[in-house]
Amino acid sequence: MKAFVAQSGKKAKKQLALSFLKSEALTGYFLISPALFLLLVLLAYPFFLALYISCSDRVLGEPGKFILLGNFFKLFRDTYFRQTVWNSFVYTLTTVSLKLVLGMALALLLNQDFPCRNIIRGALLLPWIVPTSLSVLTWLWMFDSLFSVINYILQSLGIISKKIPWLGDPFWAMVSVIIVNTWRGLPFFAVSILAGLMAIPKELYEAAEVDGALAVRKFWHVTLPLLQPVIAVVVLFSTIWTFADFQIVYILTHGGPLNATQIFATMAYDVALVAGRIGEGAAISLFLFPALLVVIILILRYLRQE
Amino acid sequence: MSPRRKKVVKRIFILYLPLACFLFFALFPFYWMAISSFKSNAELYNLRINRLWIYSPTLEQFQELFRKTAILKWLWNSFFVSFLTSVISMTFGIMAGYALARLKFPGAQAFGLATFITYLVPTTLIFIPLASVVQSLGLTNTIWALVATYPTFLIPFCTWMLIAYFKSIPKDMEECAMIDGCSRIGAMVRIVLPMAIPGIVFSFMFSFTLSWNEFVYALTFISDTTHKTMSVAVPTELIRGDAYFWGELMAASLIGSVPVALLYSFFMDYFVSGLTAGALKG
Repeated sequence: MKAFVAQSGKKAKKQLALSFLKSEALTGYFLISPALFLLLVLLAYPFFLALYISCSDRVLGEPGKFILLGNFFKLFRDTYFRQTVWNSFVYTLTTVSLKLVLGMALALLLNQDFPCRNIIRGALLLPWIVPTSLSVLTWLWMFDSLFSVINYILQSLGIISKKIPWLGDPFWAMVSVIIVNTWRGLPFFAVSILAGLMAIPKELYEAAEVDGALAVRKFWHVTLPLLQPVIAVVVLFSTIWTFADFQIVYILTHGGPLNATQIFATMAYDVALVAGRIGEGAAISLFLFPALLVVIILILRYLRQE
Repeated sequence: MSPRRKKVVKRIFILYLPLACFLFFALFPFYWMAISSFKSNAELYNLRINRLWIYSPTLEQFQELFRKTAILKWLWNSFFVSFLTSVISMTFGIMAGYALARLKFPGAQAFGLATFITYLVPTTLIFIPLASVVQSLGLTNTIWALVATYPTFLIPFCTWMLIAYFKSIPKDMEECAMIDGCSRIGAMVRIVLPMAIPGIVFSFMFSFTLSWNEFVYALTFISDTTHKTMSVAVPTELIRGDAYFWGELMAASLIGSVPVALLYSFFMDYFVSGLTAGALKG
């Protein structure tokens, strides 16, 4: 009898748990359904559509026919596209390294005590907050061939004697877009690394000091290893954002001069929406996908390790 | 040199001087934007005076801008789209974030992972097919195209931000409320949401800023002058061929930048803490 009661009690408990789980699951599905629906219709579906369109010779106003990997083969042979690939890598690698080194320096500075620290910290974030298209217009004006204020300052200080042709020369145009991207992305690096720095316990430094470690060694053996997770995440995020960047190049140089600053997104826009070769444009856009995939895999692997 | 003096000099060289350089780099473009918009054309293009200063400040660039262009309409479009998409994304983000933070159900982990991945998907990867989706929905050339598509990058952000916030709130209180007869949703609305207000405010403002600044979708889906948002209208409508009216361009950029800068300065503490929380969590 006792056993029976115990058993039925267990059963009832199980049933209760089951119904509870069921209702919890139902609530869960209800709560995620709007988000899931939107993401499926406007993100997942377009992605598969991109795969389909990139395998067709669709042009503006005509659905086009299926040509398998024709667009991709055509692109591989295209010297113009090859330069775009090269530019994208140069742009991404240079700006991410610059942002990392400068962001680290800035974070180390901001981690010290000085007057008006919060205001200065906030002011330094402005480039990241303000609409990029509008701030890049200001840079366009600062790089103007006739009225460049940067040349004006450099000439007034006697640093250069001849005007720098910022956006008119292939080399300097690349330098210009790299400067602007660094300017815009630096705050994100600095703030994230600063957060990582502030989370490092003070005792660790004190211990290192007792051992007689110099500042450089403290940085190398205490700070850097502990910052590694933050740095990894920030670098990976910035890599995909920079690789897929559009606005800075579109507004500053439009890919020119002589295709010197053309990157994937701006070329895809030009080919698909300006020239109207939608299939080929979609194929160019899809080249961002392998980069995205690598970043996703690395981030997930990293987060799993943590 | 006395040791104290030496310390001050050292501090200037390793702290204040580099910091000043960074500040100059970060803020000079805004200074240039501001002074360019308060100059007359005669002063703006005069290379013989000190160009880093304003000699006779004037509002004529702003007057021209309001007289000749639809800037008020663009501002309204930006505001309308940003506000509406932020409300929509917040609502869906709160729902999904709460479900992922608190409820156990099959597929929850997969959905969490999927939102995280979508957070990384750049808009430039799918803007071409999305344009044809928008067209088949009949939304091309209306601001509803933006209202529909912006949540795709805002919802993942809001969801991830809020999962962290919801997880930091102790479970006891809502469990008590549920024992007292409150439903799960009731407990969420009455107990958890009021406690998550800092996270909600931050996510809302950040969504607003992201929508206000968005460029690729707005450029692709909208070509009518009257339906454009600030971030696209200023670079496309105010530059006509080779003629650059820099005074007006800078005035318009200033007007488009001030709302988010203000929003951000009022809630800076939220921004910095939210940003760092997000960055650490990844």
